[in-house]
Amino acid sequence: MGTLNINIQDEQKKAQESIDAQGLRVLVCNGTGCIANGSNDVIARFKELGADVSILTQKDKMTIVPTGCHGFCEQGVLVIIPDLDITYVKVKPADVDEIIDSHIKNGKPVERLLYISPKTGEAVHKNEDIEFYARQSRTSLGNCGKINAESIDEAIAKHAYEALAKVLEQNNPDAVIDEIEKSGLRGRGGGGFPTGRKWRFTAANKGGKSYVVCNGDEGDPGAFMDRSVMEGDPHKLLEGMAIAGFAIGADEAYIYVRAEYPLAIKRLKIAIKQAEERGYLGKNIMGTDFSFDIHIKEGAGAFVCGEETALIASIEGERGMPRPKPPFPANKGLFGRPTLINNVETLANVPVIILNGAEWFSSFGTTTSKGTKTFALTGEVNNTGLIEVPMGTTLREIVFDIGGGIRNGKKFKAVQIGGPSGGCLTEEHLDLPMDYDNLVKAGAMVGSGGLVVMNEDTCIVEVARFFMHFTQNESCGKCVPCREGTKNMLKILEKIVRGQGEMKDLDTLEELALAVKEGSLCGLGKTAPNPVLSTLKYFRDEYIAHIKDKRCPAGVCSALKTIVIEEENCKGCTKCARTCPVGAISGTVKNPHKIDQSKCIKCGACLAACPFKAIKQA
Amino acid sequence: MTTSTRSSVDWQKVDSILESYEYKKSNLIAILQRIQEEFRYLPEDIMTYIGTKIKDLSPATVYGVATFYAQFSLEPKGKYVVKCCDGTACHVRGSMPVYTSLKQRFGLEDGSFTSKDGLFTVETVSCLGACGLAPVVVINEKVYPQMTTDAMKIIIDTILAEEKEG
Repeated sequence: MGTLNINIQDEQKKAQESIDAQGLRVLVCNGTGCIANGSNDVIARFKELGADVSILTQKDKMTIVPTGCHGFCEQGVLVIIPDLDITYVKVKPADVDEIIDSHIKNGKPVERLLYISPKTGEAVHKNEDIEFYARQSRTSLGNCGKINAESIDEAIAKHAYEALAKVLEQNNPDAVIDEIEKSGLRGRGGGGFPTGRKWRFTAANKGGKSYVVCNGDEGDPGAFMDRSVMEGDPHKLLEGMAIAGFAIGADEAYIYVRAEYPLAIKRLKIAIKQAEERGYLGKNIMGTDFSFDIHIKEGAGAFVCGEETALIASIEGERGMPRPKPPFPANKGLFGRPTLINNVETLANVPVIILNGAEWFSSFGTTTSKGTKTFALTGEVNNTGLIEVPMGTTLREIVFDIGGGIRNGKKFKAVQIGGPSGGCLTEEHLDLPMDYDNLVKAGAMVGSGGLVVMNEDTCIVEVARFFMHFTQNESCGKCVPCREGTKNMLKILEKIVRGQGEMKDLDTLEELALAVKEGSLCGLGKTAPNPVLSTLKYFRDEYIAHIKDKRCPAGVCSALKTIVIEEENCKGCTKCARTCPVGAISGTVKNPHKIDQSKCIKCGACLAACPFKAIKQA
Repeated sequence: MTTSTRSSVDWQKVDSILESYEYKKSNLIAILQRIQEEFRYLPEDIMTYIGTKIKDLSPATVYGVATFYAQFSLEPKGKYVVKCCDGTACHVRGSMPVYTSLKQRFGLEDGSFTSKDGLFTVETVSCLGACGLAPVVVINEKVYPQMTTDAMKIIIDTILAEEKEG
């Protein structure tokens, strides 16, 4: 047994006392989303007014706690007062006075700031009664939105560093790896490689210098779970890294964070400094022989750096280009030394597994995919935001229960999952339990967990073009099939959305897709054709409509739009003719006008200009 | 648009940045980020200088790294950098009309991103992670949620008015 120079339970008690002394805690979300919605102003107003409030409850003072992301970004700014069992949504600085006067002073909740369920139309008071939260199981996001992300005490009161103390006290690195292996945790960054096995491979090279690297290069457009963990509960990530370091015998670590996440970088830096001051990071942690330093490396905007060998190259200051494996990073990684690379969400699960046990963790999920998974639920759904559910939850539960269904009463069309590496799921997959293996079978992948919901107004071919544009742009250029193949696939897709496609293009697309998949070194190229292949599989008729009928069923592709003037509504005001930049509209005053389709560029300027809504887009 | 000439560069500034990163090759990306912060872009002279000052590094390698990452610009950027998020969530909710309206407003043809007066640079980014608020636009560090072409027009008008007042 290792002897620690601190007693973590005592530290927790102290931390809890300092929180109790805060009086009435008013949690104001201060994540990137809520800051954009004005959360800093809401906080400022609370602080201004909060100084001399006599409060209804027994508490004698009020503390404003800026927290990390609650996940329910669209309803921001979120204000939660746990002691009063209340959650307010869409709070503006001007609403703060009323919250204090009416609710905090006089016990009368402000009804107009409550969340209205899109299903029942009723106002919801308690956080846990909001359907968005009610069906979630939050593990890695457990503390996000509940604690002040810039206070180590608040984290400690919520068991931060207790798992680290436990493993240091037991002083048996192999037992830690056993536990992670037993839990069934798989990499949350995309591939789903068993985490415990990765740790064991790296630990096998123990002896010299080795590294832990945390992959925080959350590049998948539409995913922001890692950002939320780094912003909302940074100590959980640091603790997970330290435990990993102890298990594999590393004393140094890097967190590679996208430069697009400045707030995450700021809060991680604060957290590292605080942990070092307490002796939870740095030299001789908690008085043991174990030392562990964590550095932050900022990315510079390259999607391919999410691939582990490219990420290593980027940390070394080079172009982020992948290299062949083997050698695997576990043998030869950062600066040529054995390196363990895990993603943010994976590492954030580690302390919880150590504390609650592998059995508890594996009680969630399916046979092959254990635990919970975060998904970024976005697009045309009523409740957008960040959710965490057990593996195996169905798409229907996520979209229709947690997500509250499709916006504006429209029809569900598809979900794009896994970003540019993933694929589309359709109505027939609504009841499929979502886990690593089922999704791969359906031609998609969990990826980092971006879930973009699309309705009948989304053009699937355009979405495929969008992703191909993305991967073509982000291809590092090392492998010719990826560099040239994605370019040519994009060209074909652009041709199709312009209405110039031919049926044989679909075969060429499939042929190229295979070549890119087979001929590329890294995950980017191997998965780049997925969005095209899966949409070709499930929505071939839409491709055909673009090619044969020169028609975009969703009415999105501008080249396939026709703009017409409805004779009966046109008053002949001539405004459209004067607005048209290409002189495609002709007619005389007080007589209906006409559009010359051969000249029309479908810019839509006339649509906006017509005061009588006589111009329509077909 | 002015590009810096050798004599106009504050070389002391460059040296102090290099020094704070210990002239280390593995810090090259961080060094370039600091240079860009200081000069609003990466002037060629400075890249060459870095390539000769750091051990085991050549100007060609520095140029290679600078052109690899989307964050780096080899041309001066505008005073206001308008980043239109075009991640999947923003794209599905209409980021492109906002972007196109900005390009039109500043008269930016394909391949040009900075307005002639050097005030605005308009670019897309792949995802800012604020997907719940799509579509999102970031101007310098400030995030504007749920953008429309009309809202964008008002925001740009406000900036221009502030610029006029000085």
